[in-house]
Amino acid sequence: MNRTESDIGKDITGLGVRPKLGLGRRLARLARLHPIGAIGASVVIVLVAISICAPLLAPYDPTSQITKRLQQPNAKYLLGTDDLGRDVLSRLIFGSRVSLYVGVISVSIALALGVPIGILTGYLGGQFDNLVMRLVDIMLAFPSLVLAIVFVGVLGPSLQNAMLAIGIVAFPGFARVARGCALSVKQEVYIEAARVVGASNFRILRIHVLRNVTAPLIVLATLSLSGAILTEAGLSFLGLGTQPPDPSWGIMLSTGRTYMEQVPGLAIFPGLAIVVAVLAFNLLGDGLRDALDPRLRR
Amino acid sequence: MGKYILRRLLLLIPTLIGMSLLIFVMVRVMPGDIVDSLTGFDPQYTEAQRAQLRHGFGLDKPMTVQYVEWITQILQGNLGISFRTKEPITQQIVRSMPITLEIAILAICISIVLAIPLGVISAVKQNSATDLLATILGLLGLSFPSFWLATMFLLITSLWFHWTPSLLWVSPFKDPVGNAIQMALPALSMSVGLMASEMRMARSTMLEVLRQDYIRTARAKGLSEWRVVARHALKNAFIPVITVIGLQLGGLMGGSVIVEQIYGLPGMGWTLLQGVNNRDYAVMQVAALLMATIFVCMNLLVDVAYAFFDPRIRYE
Repeated sequence: MNRTESDIGKDITGLGVRPKLGLGRRLARLARLHPIGAIGASVVIVLVAISICAPLLAPYDPTSQITKRLQQPNAKYLLGTDDLGRDVLSRLIFGSRVSLYVGVISVSIALALGVPIGILTGYLGGQFDNLVMRLVDIMLAFPSLVLAIVFVGVLGPSLQNAMLAIGIVAFPGFARVARGCALSVKQEVYIEAARVVGASNFRILRIHVLRNVTAPLIVLATLSLSGAILTEAGLSFLGLGTQPPDPSWGIMLSTGRTYMEQVPGLAIFPGLAIVVAVLAFNLLGDGLRDALDPRLRR
Repeated sequence: MGKYILRRLLLLIPTLIGMSLLIFVMVRVMPGDIVDSLTGFDPQYTEAQRAQLRHGFGLDKPMTVQYVEWITQILQGNLGISFRTKEPITQQIVRSMPITLEIAILAICISIVLAIPLGVISAVKQNSATDLLATILGLLGLSFPSFWLATMFLLITSLWFHWTPSLLWVSPFKDPVGNAIQMALPALSMSVGLMASEMRMARSTMLEVLRQDYIRTARAKGLSEWRVVARHALKNAFIPVITVIGLQLGGLMGGSVIVEQIYGLPGMGWTLLQGVNNRDYAVMQVAALLMATIFVCMNLLVDVAYAFFDPRIRYE
């Protein structure tokens, strides 16, 4: 049979088997099916690129005083300068590093704590499950920012402690999701079959259970990234996160607030940066949920 | 119904005990204590004096004893004394609790008043320009941090109207107008995120409801579209909105910490931050516990509210 260009990606065998597509085409197809998620993904990619290339992109050093303070946006300093005469654009660019770094680290902490605990409790059940889930319920009964503030308050304000606090506070959500998946996977016949052929508990957990919890956890992790970025900005805004002179969008917003009547940009631009980052991860998370949830798959 | 509420109230007890334990342990286990932070590394304090300070705060007793004493005191309405200011914490809480509650309740009310009509209109006029606008507003509203909105509102009012919030809190019972003016912006900035998610929920539920058979029946018997929507469909839009409020309450309490700071309102969040900044554990643990208690109680209210709006739900 002659395969034409338009046949690629279609079921030409009639057996429900789709020929494998190249990565580029698969991505294009995904983007067509989930345009909103694709927009989110593109913005996230741009953000990651900006944070990686920050030293190349930023016109000036983000932490050193380079010129007259409190300048309005102008041709030389595109977004103006702050109260210490630092370039706002450069600080925003370097601030993306802090936000993404905090997001990735704290979500990793939440994953590292939540997934093993969730899978184990769901799979083993019993008293252990009961005990751990009560703790999780209690942590979920707290407003998360309040709990994070107490954590940082006790540990002392710093970026590391803020990341730790955000991760620990987020872990119950991950444990819940992982446990729910493990509970439902446990009932499947193929787990029984695996046990019959002599697979150990560890092997079943690693191969069968873990693989099934991946999709919902990817979605949760993406959505949690936006939450982590938001929380870091909030904590830094309160002086409990990133410490000066490091550039963080939250700090920029809180110091900018003092001078915003003279230079409104100082309060506007960091906020916009937070909004864009949060929106991008939210869109990506929504898109991933549509794309990864088999029940919604077209 | 009464039975259900009673059971939920009873279930509240273990949750509250767990929460108080968690906070208590967190505050004690972490490195450094109040005496270290009060005296710093001041060489003037001898080890004996430090030990005396610790004894004064009751920190030399075993943890279990400290916890039981703390909880017994709280149950008797005595929240302890601030390590730093020596002021009874109960006084601070009595002053700050109404402020936080007022912001939260106002924010919820504003969000409902705006979200339900917007959600219903965009569902009724699905795919119209209004719908598109509402959808975009909803998406944006979800991504605007309340503390940035609060800052922007302040910027706008001070630049355009030369208005800045007053420095002292005005009680609504003494000066209702002054209080309304003072609380409008903080409440509004906290309501936007809430409104966005409520609106999205109301829209999608209405879209579902409007396709139901009983709506077709209502239309078929000749009711005007307005009556169909207002009398038959609208009630159903409330139920998921209540769910969303329950889910967002935590964010609301957390957001109020920052918004109170921005507007200089001495509420619970402000008290919590005072405790954190002074490393005043006594204040910190009480403020956090009470904020969590408000959160848990509001959640309970949300669950009870279901029963009023959804006759299908029967609590056994």
